[in-house]
Amino acid sequence: MAKTTIVPIGPYHALQEEPEFFKLHVEGEKVVHLDIELGYNHRGIEKLSESKTFEETVFLVERICGICSCSHPIACVQAVEDAGDIEVPERALYIRSTIGELERIHSHLLWLGLAGHFLGFNTVWMWSWRYREDVLDILELISGNRNHYAMMKPGGVRRDIKAEDLPAIRKMLDGLKGPINLFKGAVIDDPLIHARTEGVGVLTKAQAIDYCVVGPTARASGVAIDVRRDHPHAAYGLVDWDVVVMQHGDVYDKAIVRVLEMFESIRIIEQCLEKLKTVPGPVDSNPKEVKPGEGIGHYEAPRGEVFHYIRSDGSNRPARHKVRAPSFMNVVSNRVAVLGETVADATIILAAVDPCYCCTERMAVVDAGTGRKVLSSQELIRLSQEKTERLKKELGHEGPKLKLER
Amino acid sequence: MSFAIQALTRSLNVFHVAGSACNNCDIEILDVLTPRYDVERFGITLVGSIKHADVLLLSGIFNKKSAVRLKHLYEQAPKPIVVVGIGGCPATGLMFRDSYNWDVPPGEYIPIDAYVGGCPPKPEAMISAIVKLIGKLRGG
Repeated sequence: MAKTTIVPIGPYHALQEEPEFFKLHVEGEKVVHLDIELGYNHRGIEKLSESKTFEETVFLVERICGICSCSHPIACVQAVEDAGDIEVPERALYIRSTIGELERIHSHLLWLGLAGHFLGFNTVWMWSWRYREDVLDILELISGNRNHYAMMKPGGVRRDIKAEDLPAIRKMLDGLKGPINLFKGAVIDDPLIHARTEGVGVLTKAQAIDYCVVGPTARASGVAIDVRRDHPHAAYGLVDWDVVVMQHGDVYDKAIVRVLEMFESIRIIEQCLEKLKTVPGPVDSNPKEVKPGEGIGHYEAPRGEVFHYIRSDGSNRPARHKVRAPSFMNVVSNRVAVLGETVADATIILAAVDPCYCCTERMAVVDAGTGRKVLSSQELIRLSQEKTERLKKELGHEGPKLKLER
Repeated sequence: MSFAIQALTRSLNVFHVAGSACNNCDIEILDVLTPRYDVERFGITLVGSIKHADVLLLSGIFNKKSAVRLKHLYEQAPKPIVVVGIGGCPATGLMFRDSYNWDVPPGEYIPIDAYVGGCPPKPEAMISAIVKLIGKLRGG
């Protein structure tokens, strides 16, 4: 038997923005086992939440994760509203969905950039982050901050989206369609991205179900789950959109799912903006108390389902607050997706689930066996497209094998 | 101005440590490198190893597990090194100051030269902080 060596990635590794520790057990170049060690990011948020009032809790869960800083608050306020039977005005629902989808677009652009970075394709990183800035500008226009929007509160939203801001949002969305199409083309056509991602890090449908993965990771493996459709909340039951599902479960499909989801997000926001022109009313029902009871809230964060449980005992603080973040399910699926791959591919596979450790670390994963904690821009684009064509010819590459449905 | 300070404050090699951060400051730090702000124009780059670093950026609170790693990292860093706390967390702990999983801010066990406030600070604020800090180090 070949000798097994351990290649450590982390906890502070050049590859990662966040502290986490992967132990790759390798035989030669082949990965035979993966240990995941977490705990560098545990802040005890559930306990802290019990010491805050219901309104303050929203600010706290916003700081679970800077990228999902609208997903956690939406799930949290829905849990409070569920526990206390609080009504939400219709206009607030549309505003919630608008902010949520803007966040999804910037999060997917962020992932796309980082994925390019992990593949050694830094041009994609710089490009997608340049377009992400436009989304952040709009979020700053609406909420006053580029991240951590502080928009949600039990019973509604904190700020209205003003009528004079609507054209700016619409203009940004129209400007974003071209670049996203460009990324779609880049992912589908580029032979180098193909060679690095197609058939790499496959998570089959059966494995996806076994490991209970959620969000784009599940949808890339053919599991059609999306909380926005399955348990309609905010305005998702009131607008028209589709769930994007792919079948192969490799890194390529995970990228395609995210790129196509950005188009769906733009569709949702456009419909919400139309509704905001006509739906009048307050954006906040100003609840005075939360009745004793239990409540749950789901939200489809960019990475998958966020779940919050809140128990109220009639006081102004939650008696118990439980959070389950999507990466907690998705990261563990790496243990099967990375097996048999090479060390060079391991980086993109580990990143393909869009892991978010600050969300995940409500608790630690323990390995039961060992007990351990585990020129002009247009010209440049044309040049790059020409080069892609040339490479395709040289490599004899015929383009993607799978047909996109839309 | 000593030779060490002169060499240190030219082209800054930055190493970034996310403690138990919410990831937002980390992403904003990367944002500073991307086309809109593009600090690579001034020779500022992120490096993969603390042993190449002129500047150490800290973000987030440091919990009991990551605080140990931060001390190790600081011991390995070449001196002199400039340490900057990004966001409110390294300075005060913000909302997490009552958490059971941390003891003291990192400023209590390693020397921190500057803090950039905000949750998260805007990229402009970070650039301005670095410019001011370099001016100060050069005796301006």
